[in-house]
Amino acid sequence: MELTQLTEAIKTGNRKAAGLLTQEAIDAGVEPKAILNSLIEGMDDIGARFQKNEVFVPEMLIAARAMKESMVILEPLLVAAGIRPEFTALIGTVQGDLHDIGKNLVAMMWKGANFNVIDLGTNVPPERFVAAAREHNPQIIGLSALLTTTMPSMKSTIDELKAAGLSNAKIVIGGAPITQAFANQIGADAFAPDAASAVEVARKLVGSQSTAVLA
Amino acid sequence: MVLGGGLVYPELNFTLPTMFVNGSTMPDVAAQYREMITGALKRASELEVPGLVVEFETLPPMTENPDWGMEIAQILLDELHEASVKHGLKSVFRMTPNDTREMVRPPVMRSGELWDNMIELFDRSAAAGAELLSIESVGGKEVNDEALQSCDIGQVIFALSVMGVRDMRFLWTHIAEIAERNHVHAAGDTACGFANTAMVLAEQKLIPRVFAAVVRSVSAVRSLVAYECGAVGPGKDCGYENVILKAITGFPMAMEGKTAACAHLSPVGNVAAAACDTWSNESVQNVKLLGGMAPTCYMEQLAYDVRLFNEANADGPEAAAMLKKWLVRSDIGLDPQALILAPASAVKIAESIVSAPNHYRAAVAAGMTALNLITDAYNDGSLKVAPREVCWLDTIKEALEELPEDESTFIASMMDAVNTTTFRPQDYDLT
Repeated sequence: MELTQLTEAIKTGNRKAAGLLTQEAIDAGVEPKAILNSLIEGMDDIGARFQKNEVFVPEMLIAARAMKESMVILEPLLVAAGIRPEFTALIGTVQGDLHDIGKNLVAMMWKGANFNVIDLGTNVPPERFVAAAREHNPQIIGLSALLTTTMPSMKSTIDELKAAGLSNAKIVIGGAPITQAFANQIGADAFAPDAASAVEVARKLVGSQSTAVLA
Repeated sequence: MVLGGGLVYPELNFTLPTMFVNGSTMPDVAAQYREMITGALKRASELEVPGLVVEFETLPPMTENPDWGMEIAQILLDELHEASVKHGLKSVFRMTPNDTREMVRPPVMRSGELWDNMIELFDRSAAAGAELLSIESVGGKEVNDEALQSCDIGQVIFALSVMGVRDMRFLWTHIAEIAERNHVHAAGDTACGFANTAMVLAEQKLIPRVFAAVVRSVSAVRSLVAYECGAVGPGKDCGYENVILKAITGFPMAMEGKTAACAHLSPVGNVAAAACDTWSNESVQNVKLLGGMAPTCYMEQLAYDVRLFNEANADGPEAAAMLKKWLVRSDIGLDPQALILAPASAVKIAESIVSAPNHYRAAVAAGMTALNLITDAYNDGSLKVAPREVCWLDTIKEALEELPEDESTFIASMMDAVNTTTFRPQDYDLT
């Protein structure tokens, strides 16, 4: 069975078709991993169009919902086959800061790229990041802040993560007042200037870990 | 000072550079605020401004700890008093505590320590001499954030005209009571967390600008409730919907535009000035620029802006109308939000709001009026709309037309559609 139709259903956010085509693929004996890859391909495509300002967030969300529809059907088979997301990412808005739209967008993009995303919410104190990192053993930790007066909380969080011996996880920071220079200054591993680039940044961090975008 | 009497006054707001606010940093925090206010007042005196509004928009720890908020408020009040005595500088102090109720999720909107501390800061600052009380309140934001990301106009209307209106009634009844008891003014609120969020998302190309413009129009219904509860203006600066509220209430309004570029990008830099009573810089960090510390530099920019407005006004109705025309025309062809915030559009939106039987229908009417204004201007070629946004005109129209006539039917359908775990329905009388 051709999986291109399923990829297309994700790209266009056709939830009903995504569910039906996923079931058809399973019934036709297609490997769960291959089906998953076709879903990710669809999300990658719309993610790239989003990055080029060709589509808006709602169109991304519709695609993400279509993928979710497929995943409800596919996930039990993936679990049974021992196939799990390869990477886990923690994300949260740092202590004192309540802004979460940017953080939510990054979480959505990471989920679409098949990261297992643990969203800690907003106003997250360093000790909660540390506890969650110990529990979930993430490869990526994303810190968000929108206020100049909460930017120092990013440093506190990074310091506590490192003090707790959790420096294996790569730390990505982002938010309106954040810069690459600030990322360098506080010891973050990378800076994502916007939600669209967060996937590329995270993938590079868990892949070669040595590219131009890294801090 | 007479606010709303024809003379436009500068309204200055400033904030800290990157630093923590806690018990141990409070001496540094106080020193920063003292530096900001003394520099700005010196420049205001040198430039002979006709008067000045200074807004102190606290940072969340200062509302959570009213003693800290009051320590800074008192510094600012003392400096304003000294500038009055030494230089004859007239001023008004606007106090804007944070709406810290959202520090817990889901927010507890009507009780608890966060509420108590916020109300205490309003009360103590009013007693100390804050003549204007404002806030950027957040009731309904729990649903609005997600609705913006989905561009779901029905959910936006639920957030603003059902949740937002109910919370505003509760909150502003309290603020108006505090103002009355302390013989100061309940000034006004803003849809900052709602319509400004939409505007910024649109500027980042995350959602369509036409959608953000419709959200702005709808947001006026929520902000209006402050005035229904006793506020008298000037409405808070970042409420770009204030021009619509001015058309309804006649109260003076603070506005911000090009001179708030230090805080954020907006597509309404000139048109926002067309009906202002105070002209604001929104907020600027205390960082060093070539001309001095940033709050001082922005004081100067505001001073020259209002000089021009007041000179046009003093030159007579024709000159004032000419300046207003230029402020409007330079923006409205380039962005749908600018178009709907032009005074002529604002009057049409205001008419649709006051003609509606309730807040819900007013929100739908405001949205539809804004959409029609945008569509007509696009069709006659007077407004640029990006090609990828054009389809959204029909999408939003269809969504608005599908909304039920009856508010209770609408609420029932929305309670099924939105994520009800993000808010406490009892805080919005939705149980």
